[in-house]
Parts: sequence; C-alpha cells; structure tokens
Amino acid sequence: MTPSRTEWLKELWHYRELLYFLAWRDVTIRYKQAALGAAWAILQPVMGMIIFTLFFGRLAGMQSGDIPYPIFVYAGLAPWTYFATVLNTAGNSLIGNSNLVTKVYFPRVLLPGASAAAGLLDLAISSSVLLLLMLYYRIAPGWTLLWLPVLIVGLVLVSVGVSMLFAALNVRYRDIKHAMPFLIQMWLFCTPIVYPTSLVPERFRPLLSLNPCWGIIDGIRSALLGSSTFDTPAVLTSLASASVIFVVGLLYFRSAERSFADVI
Amino acid sequence: MSNQQAIVVDNVTKRYQLGETRHTMLREAVVGALSRLTGKARAAEEGRILWALNGVSLEVQRGEVLGLVGRNGAGKSTLLKVLSRITYPTSGHVTVHGRVGSLLEVGTGFHDELSGRENIYLNGSILGMKRQEIDREIDRIVDFADISEFLDTPIKRYSSGMRMRLGFAIAAHLSTDVLFVDEVLAVGDAGFQKKCLSSMRELGQGGRTVIFVSHNLSAIENLCSRTIWLSDGQVKEDGPTKDVLRSYLASFGAGTADLMDLTSIAERKGSGLAKLTTLQVIPPDGDKIVHSGDALTIRLSYECAKDLTNLHFGVRIHSNLGLMITEANTWATGQALPSAPAGPGQIDVQIDNLNLMPGTYYLGAWVATYNEWQDLVEHAAKLEIEASDFYGTGRGVEARFGVIFLPYRWVPRSASS
Repeated sequence: MTPSRTEWLKELWHYRELLYFLAWRDVTIRYKQAALGAAWAILQPVMGMIIFTLFFGRLAGMQSGDIPYPIFVYAGLAPWTYFATVLNTAGNSLIGNSNLVTKVYFPRVLLPGASAAAGLLDLAISSSVLLLLMLYYRIAPGWTLLWLPVLIVGLVLVSVGVSMLFAALNVRYRDIKHAMPFLIQMWLFCTPIVYPTSLVPERFRPLLSLNPCWGIIDGIRSALLGSSTFDTPAVLTSLASASVIFVVGLLYFRSAERSFADVI
Repeated sequence: MSNQQAIVVDNVTKRYQLGETRHTMLREAVVGALSRLTGKARAAEEGRILWALNGVSLEVQRGEVLGLVGRNGAGKSTLLKVLSRITYPTSGHVTVHGRVGSLLEVGTGFHDELSGRENIYLNGSILGMKRQEIDREIDRIVDFADISEFLDTPIKRYSSGMRMRLGFAIAAHLSTDVLFVDEVLAVGDAGFQKKCLSSMRELGQGGRTVIFVSHNLSAIENLCSRTIWLSDGQVKEDGPTKDVLRSYLASFGAGTADLMDLTSIAERKGSGLAKLTTLQVIPPDGDKIVHSGDALTIRLSYECAKDLTNLHFGVRIHSNLGLMITEANTWATGQALPSAPAGPGQIDVQIDNLNLMPGTYYLGAWVATYNEWQDLVEHAAKLEIEASDFYGTGRGVEARFGVIFLPYRWVPRSASS
C-alpha cells in the first residue's frame, strides 16, 4: 500500500499545481480578511526592529559591530519571521484542514509545503524594506552575497523540516499546538538575531551552529550587509543540520501520514 | 491479473479502536508508554475494537458502474475511503488502476471568502484536476451549476443550494478513470437532482469505472448494473442490482420501488426503542407518479426493540423551503397502536386527497410512545407532486398558484338576486 519513494515523488510532481493553489489560497484569504493586507508582512519585522532597537540597542547598549543596530536586527528578523510564521501556520496546517484530510486523497506533505511556499511572499515583501534600509544606511553587500540562494534554500529546508515534524505530531498530540509559541520564543533567543555572534565565546560557536537558524540567519544577514563576520564553518554546519532536520521531518511525516485520517 | 480489472480488493479489513480519545494528550502517551514498559497494559483497551471492514473482497471491471448499499455503519464509507487512499486498511490489499477521483462530499475545501471562480480552481485542483483541465471545463461547470451571474461573488453570499450545485458541477467534470461517489445526490432541488442523475449516468457511459454509494435505492437501480450489499463490514451479496436490491429490501420486511431506506439517515432523535426503517410512498392504482389531488398511501416500516404499548405515528409534509405544511398523526385520530410486539411492523396512513400544488415536498416521519420520542426523522424522503388535470379542463393545477390546493367550484350569481 505504501507507495515506493519514486512513486511518491512522481505523485508529488503530479500534484505540483495543488501546492500552488493551496499556497495561493492561504495568501489570498489572509489578504482578503486582514484590512491591512500585505502591510502585515512588513509591520511584523518593523515593529520587532523598533522594539529590539529601543530595548537592546538603546537601553542595554548591545553592540552590533560595524553595522547600525536597527538594520542589524531587521536583517535577522526578516528571515526569522519567515521561519516562525511557517512553523506556526504549517504546524497547524493538517488539523486546520482536517476536512480535506478526511475527505480527499492528495500527498499530505503539500499542506505544510504550501504554508512554507506562501510564507515566501511575505519574505519577499519584508526584504524590500531591508533594501530601503540598506539604501538609507548606505550599506552594500559584498562577494558573500553569492551565498544567499543556498542560504534561502537552507532556510526553507529547516522551516519545512521542523514544520512536517510539528504538523504530524500535532495530529496525534494537541499539546504541540500549545507548546509551539513557547518553543519559537526560546528558539529566537538561541539564534543570533538581537545579538551578534561575537557575544558568544568562540569555542561555543561550532556547537551553537548545530541550530540551523544560527548559521543560516546570521549568514543571510552577513551576506546581505557585506559584514566582515561571515562565518563559513558555522554556515556549513547549519546547512548540514538543516538538511538532517528536513530528512528526519520528512521520514517521520511519511511514517505518520497513513493514520492521519483516522486520528485527526 | 487481467487488464480489464479496474479495482481489486483482496480480503481487506479495517479496525478502529473505539473509545480512544481521538486527540491523545502527550501526557497520556507518556503514561501509556511507561505502563507498557512496566508491563501494565490497560486491559480495557483491547475489548473495544470495531471492525469497520471485515474481510472484504471484490473486483470491479473497467467501465462498470457498481452500486454499494447497506445500513448505517455497514462499512460503505470506510470502503470508499480505503479505495481512495484516504485511510489505509489494517490488512489486505487494494489495487486501483488508473487515475482516481473521489467525491465523498460536495465542495470539499470550499472557502467562504473566495469567489465562485476561485473556488472552482481550488476545489478542482484538490480533486486532482490540472489547471489546464479546469480552464477547459470552467464554462461548462458554470453552466451546469447555473451560477454565471455570481461567478465572481464570494461564495459566502451563495445559498446552500448554489454551493451544492457548484460542488457537484466541478466533480461532474472530473475526467478520472475511476470515480467514487458517496451519497451526494441527496442534495439540491428536484431539477438539479435530475441533472445530477443524468450526469452520473453519462459518467458511467463514458467507459469510466464508478462506485456509487446511496440510500436512494431508485438512483442505484437507475445507474448501476451491479450492486454490492455490505453488512457488518462484509459483502453480504454481490450480483445484478435488481436481485441484490430485492434481498436488501426483503431484509427490512418490505418490497417495491419508491422506498426510502431510513436506517442510513444519521440525523434523527429519540430513544430508539422503536425505530423507523423504511418509508414508502404508494400512489393510487399502481401509478408511479403522485399528482395534486391524488389519494395517497404512505407506508412506514418500523422495528421495536421490545414490546411497546401505545405507539403513536406521524408523517409530516414540509415545503421545499422547510415550512411544515401539515402532519398526519395517530394522536389526532386517537388511533395509537395499543400494543406493538418486539420485532418489525408496518403501518399505513391513507390520505384521501393530497391538497398540495405541484412541486417538491419533503416527508418526515416519527414514532413515539406516550410521552417520549422514539424516533424522529425530520428529512426522511422527498415527495414530487406533479401537475394534474383535476378539473378535466386540460389546464392543470399548477405550482404558480401557490402551495395549497383547495378543491373548489365557482358559482356565478346574478345581480338581481
């Protein structure tokens, strides 16, 4: 009964348009329901930037090296917001679409997948603000910008990987839903977003970069802002751990997916 | 395996654990794992198992239209879910050749905020259609559902009838090799139901393999050459539709065509000591059609779980807008059954004169003891009343004249008298 891996991939390919339509639905509905529409994609990281700049930048006097603190925080918050939003929406995507899961067959992985795809639009919108900030602060990227595509792929991999795990667990254990916001908050502070990596002693960094967000988000920021602190070993470690998380998430999802319709 | 077979089901079982909290809490899972470790498995767990399918085997040839009947909980829907890979069998094998479409619900995944057009694309792609196919079919879908004026209106403004029509129209334009349909004809007004039936027939004639579940037995008879009767998760009978329906109906202790199987209707209330099993509309003189002004018999079959006294019955007629027009009951006539023994029974209500204008009406039925509902089925069956030439003028009593038809005559009087 369980289709082999090649069959599964073939089927995924067959249903590729459904991924688009589900993502399109998520985006359309969100923008139809929210009065501010696309502005939310910008407001979230911008508000974060203002708050963190006030409390950490001004009050606590956090140093951010050669980069002004507001843009430093924003460049980290934009990819982080993508990660956190995808976790939130994709993690609830199966139970939120239980009517689909119990009534129609399609590769279930499309549900968290569509949330991740829909999030990319917000990421693109919030990145445009980053562009404006870069113009304002007159910051140009350097050669490390070439890393950006790989880093974005890594960001999507880790987001989808963790989401598949959460979405599948959520079907069986509704506790996950309540644990997720807390976990996301913890994760934020384990990732160099409001503080620079230099705040952490060098000997701890290889260990911390096992957190895929560590190397990927710091890498995205350094690549975009042309910072001298691009940490290649940390980026590579994080990309590797993102891939591992993706594979683990996918395998767990595939093993759990047979019982989704019965348990949900 | 010959390549003429579209579907092969080999000894399939499906087990459900009853009473299990559907959404396990993590705490319970941890406690459960610990108790399993310490060897203290909960004994109660094992006793509550339901075999929704219990060794089902069947083969369906390519191009065959197969009917599936059975009482509520017989496993019909579970079988369709297993066939369409929504759920997996506990044991056994299922092989389905070709592209599969399943229609277990009309309008799955419709979203209120999206327009009709947007929902066509969304629902179509959920059902497995390609965007190109939808582009090609959209005009026909809109035409079929008759919603062209509202195509760009959010469907939250649609009436429930419009939603149903749209949902069915999309599914009717699915071009899969195999199609599973679960009880979707029970929706919409009479005209649309006819359209659905004929489109279902076309689906079958197009060389497509169809499995069709319905409690509307005349639809099954109309559409399917072969029928399978499922009972308690097993194939009870498999053969030509007429034969299978005959034995299926015989199991209710009644016969003939316009008979509604009420056992599979889930929406009902009452204590259930007496349960309605079928409702049969019997037009006069062996006619198949009910006309305005006809005499009409409605026959209820019921089953008592134990000996009951003072059993009351009622039949309600609702308009197609849900207004209760009238109720014929044993309370008003003082004709309660003094005693009804355990087991099946039948009772007729004979209506002298069906004073209703032509149109679609809905019948409800109930059975009650002295002060307690035993079984109330609000939507038991549909009643089509056709125009009649009551006055012999060839001018018919027609729907545009209202709902109630009063037999009348006009008497001119001269001004002087």
